[in-house]
Amino acid sequence: MAMGFPILSVITFLPLVGVAFILAQRGDEATVARVSRWAALWTSLATFALSLLVWINFDPTSAKFQFVEKHAWIQGFDINYFMGVDGISVFFVLLSTLLTPLCILASWEAVEKRVREYMVAFLALETLMIGTFCALDLVLFYVFFECVLIPMFLIIGVWGGPRRVYSAFKFFLYTLLGSVLMLLAILVVYREVGNADIPAAMAHVFPKTLQTWLWLAFFASFAVKVPMWPVHTWLPDAHVEAPTAGSVILAGVLLKMGGYGFLRFSLPMFPDATVYFTPLVYTLSIVAIIYTSLVALAQEDMKKLIAYSSVAHMGFVTLGTFTLTVQGVQGAIFQMLSHGVVSAALFLVVGVVYDRLHTREIARYGGVVERMPKYALVFMIFMLASVGLPGTSGFVGEFLVLLGAFQANTWVCFLAATGVVLGAAYMLVLYRRVIFGKLEKPDLKALLDMNLREIVVFAPLVLLVFWMGVYPATFLKPTEPAVVELIRKFNVQRSASLEAPAQAAEVRQ
Amino acid sequence: MFVLCIFLPLIAAFIAGLFGRLIGDRGAQYVTCGALILSALISPFILYDVAILGHARDVPLMTWIASGDLELSWALKFDALSAVMIVVVTVVSAVVHVYSVGYMSHDPSKPRFMAYLSLFTFSMLMLVTADNLVQMFFGWEGVGVCSYLLIGFWYHKPSANDAAIKAFLVNRVGDFGFALGIFGTFLLFQSVSFTDIFAAVPGKADAKLHFLSWDFHAMTVLCLLLFIGAMGKSAQLGLHTWLPDAMEGPTPVSALIHAATMVTAGVFMVCRLSPMFEYAPTALAVVTVVGATTALFAATVGLVQNDIKRVIAYSTCSQLGYMFFAAGVSAYGAAMFHLFTHAFFKALLFLCAGSVIHAMSDEQDMRRMGGIWRKIPVTYGFMWVGSLALAGMPFFAGFYSKDIVLEAAYGAHSGVGLYAYWLGCAAAFLTAFYSWRLLIMTFHGAPRADHHTMEHVHESPWIMLGPLVVLVIGAVVAGKLGYNSFVGDARVDFWGKAILVLPQHDSLEAAHHVPLWVKLLPLVMAVSGIALAYVMYMLRPAWPVALAQRFQGLYQFLLNKWYFDELYWNVLVEPALRFGRVLWKGGDGAIIDGLGPDGVAGATKAISRRTSLLQTGYVYHYAFAMLIGVVILVTWYLLTRKAG
Repeated sequence: MAMGFPILSVITFLPLVGVAFILAQRGDEATVARVSRWAALWTSLATFALSLLVWINFDPTSAKFQFVEKHAWIQGFDINYFMGVDGISVFFVLLSTLLTPLCILASWEAVEKRVREYMVAFLALETLMIGTFCALDLVLFYVFFECVLIPMFLIIGVWGGPRRVYSAFKFFLYTLLGSVLMLLAILVVYREVGNADIPAAMAHVFPKTLQTWLWLAFFASFAVKVPMWPVHTWLPDAHVEAPTAGSVILAGVLLKMGGYGFLRFSLPMFPDATVYFTPLVYTLSIVAIIYTSLVALAQEDMKKLIAYSSVAHMGFVTLGTFTLTVQGVQGAIFQMLSHGVVSAALFLVVGVVYDRLHTREIARYGGVVERMPKYALVFMIFMLASVGLPGTSGFVGEFLVLLGAFQANTWVCFLAATGVVLGAAYMLVLYRRVIFGKLEKPDLKALLDMNLREIVVFAPLVLLVFWMGVYPATFLKPTEPAVVELIRKFNVQRSASLEAPAQAAEVRQ
Repeated sequence: MFVLCIFLPLIAAFIAGLFGRLIGDRGAQYVTCGALILSALISPFILYDVAILGHARDVPLMTWIASGDLELSWALKFDALSAVMIVVVTVVSAVVHVYSVGYMSHDPSKPRFMAYLSLFTFSMLMLVTADNLVQMFFGWEGVGVCSYLLIGFWYHKPSANDAAIKAFLVNRVGDFGFALGIFGTFLLFQSVSFTDIFAAVPGKADAKLHFLSWDFHAMTVLCLLLFIGAMGKSAQLGLHTWLPDAMEGPTPVSALIHAATMVTAGVFMVCRLSPMFEYAPTALAVVTVVGATTALFAATVGLVQNDIKRVIAYSTCSQLGYMFFAAGVSAYGAAMFHLFTHAFFKALLFLCAGSVIHAMSDEQDMRRMGGIWRKIPVTYGFMWVGSLALAGMPFFAGFYSKDIVLEAAYGAHSGVGLYAYWLGCAAAFLTAFYSWRLLIMTFHGAPRADHHTMEHVHESPWIMLGPLVVLVIGAVVAGKLGYNSFVGDARVDFWGKAILVLPQHDSLEAAHHVPLWVKLLPLVMAVSGIALAYVMYMLRPAWPVALAQRFQGLYQFLLNKWYFDELYWNVLVEPALRFGRVLWKGGDGAIIDGLGPDGVAGATKAISRRTSLLQTGYVYHYAFAMLIGVVILVTWYLLTRKAG
């Protein structure tokens, strides 16, 4: 690819072209809906195709930011339009561009009212998600990161279930609270560094006490996004009320912004505070894994169960991130990607039967395999991936995280590994209650198996689950240099700040 | 060709599973049986090439997981140990595949069944040919999933679903230990490949490993963690509860997975890791004690069970105990030998039991059988062969392997070795007893089934009996054939580098020099077990009933399998479920939401309601409030000024 071609900007803003096109449509509602669907699908597919170019041209041996674009934005304040991806972010961009067209396909028939607005919201969401992962300027990042809330809020609030307004507000307030603190922190970082460049801030050494406060402020925002225990309670509600595609994006991409934030901000910028707070993160992660797994066991609603399982799986992500070992961090990234695929797929799986019966209550199902064998197979694959079966994507992430955790602290690894047992318990019970058993309920007897559109939605995800499980090197290799560099820098800065007080003490003497 | 042998079952599973509807039942059966028979035909060549000609080798396939220092590949390891397992797995699997064609002839989802069986076989082959711990774990979990799928194959039966989930979860508990063992091994050796680990073990023989809050002897703690995994898979005491329930699956499954192959994976693992276990004497002692205790425990429970398959299941559990204590006294060759012979005669027993069940219109309770031996003579005869082999009667396979196991235990000359020997002898008595109890209750005496069932009793078709001939041959000759290579003078050449026995641990050598009574005692025990069973069930059928009533407490204790299930349910499962509910409603609902968002929202509402109460609209209220405000302000101003 020719140098200087602004590929990241193109994929970031291409969906907005689709938005403009959809908004320009005039005519009766049915036509507009049809055109909007197709326009959204084609736009998102084109975006996906272009994002593949990013992957193909990505240099997997380099730890540097690639495809960098930098233009003056707010002159006089040294705030720039600054984009670029490295091994840590590149796959999140791809995850966003992959899931969006699938979401649009999944909503093809499920969404009947305000189709135009729905598609606009999704495309706008795509722009913001990609932007978040590409932004290398603090202000730009903040804008993308926060604006994501708006379409998501609307998707839940407008197209959601009966308690959608409560859930939408809970979601909004929780995340907003964190964001306000993060905004303050970003302002402080900006003043301290002198410009808004993220790479510059990563190289900057912040004073120790300031690090603590900044770390906490960022943590407030990211912990809510991940979500970590105990600020996770917005997630089950949001998922239950959100339309299927909303859940898919929420679980698939939005949660990852928190994990990504830790890797991009907390670790490289505030290493001392990171070390200081590591026990806290470990504790919260372990509580998340065990607590939410137990809670998941008690759920009666399919979506809620999967939502709680998300919290548990994201607990592995935060755990791996803070082990500060190559395996742990790579495992965390991989776990995010895997969870992005698997949990997204599981929400789609729930959506398939929800579209048919309009209930998510587990007890209303049973013996579905009788009528829907293909569906049962797909569900089985993702259930096993969620359980972390070797050979599927779920295993690699969990394995690497726990391997890293064992090196960092065996207690942490020991306790987190119990989540593997509990995780199997709730998923197997869910599967058994929905799919197996006698087919007795009369309305289930008329169920139709998955149609072509649904198969098309699941096919890439099934493929990915096995690809990531059998040959994860495709995804591990490009992330490795960036992770190794992250940890190397971390250790350099750590030792620098460890020496600093010693020198100060000498001076005092 | 070696690689093909491993991957044929996968290809077959893939075709039968995904295109089952396209190629039809027949097609799926042809594909899977054909692939398995081909694999089974290749496998002796592998054994010959690898173990006899000594061409052990590793075949790398591709990278799997690489991150930092961790380098993992998909690779196939062919050495004597894996070659023996390949033979066992492919041969028994091929037999079971063919048998299933007949056994499942009335089932509507044949392609699914055949696909699961083949997939299982592939996973098992991956397990045994793994060249690193993680790939072994892959196979380990893979066979676990297939076992889960096959136990729950009749998904409309709630009991089958429960059993399937139970099997998976209990195994997960074992895998929890296995996984921790892998992590610890990586921490210690910076590698998970067998070659690297085994080369480095002697150097780390005295290394310490900080695990949880303590410093342990590294090899001991690693071996014990890995052994927890083995205990789960091989249903050893404590983690055995899933195996009897697993009998909910179709009988061919029980024969293949829960008798011949998967459940022996734990034994295989200990043998494979012999270079590690050899440097962890404490861990070996634990293995011995657990194995010996299980051997006796399971045999006692087997005495009183009434379900024909459950008796054999407990017998399997007990025989696995023998294999473990053999490994525990460093007689890995004997453990593998018993594994090898056991695979044939136990699969035979299960498949015969399946034939009986088939004949009795799916009846499994022995109390409703009896008097059928004339109607199904071939099955009856085969069952005798299996039972004779299991009881260890001379010249049958079990005779050679069980005796060498017990002799090695005695020959180890250690406390735990003797413990294992005596418990093993006692278990041998019980084994013979329950085997003949089973034979007599099932085939002899007055018919206890209803008239309708009895009329339908028929010998199984040759598609089922034919494959059994292979197992019958195995149950008769496997002991004599394998003795010299597995445990005899040729053992060192045969195993090559696959098994490590430190010179001071060579119990197999000692086994050949034990006193004569040590060698004879197991046989005496077995014969007296048979005799007692004959007396109690053939001559004096009233005795067992009287005994059960006389010792009601003991009988109930055994019948309820020492109350393990009740214990686990009440102590672990139920509290976990209840705790989950409490955390959900109490933790998430009342505390976090109550104090968090809902609390804040509620408080905001309440405050705003109160503040709105202040807006009364009366001017004098406002004037009064303003006045108070002014007074407070002035007071504050004056006070602070004075202080300044």
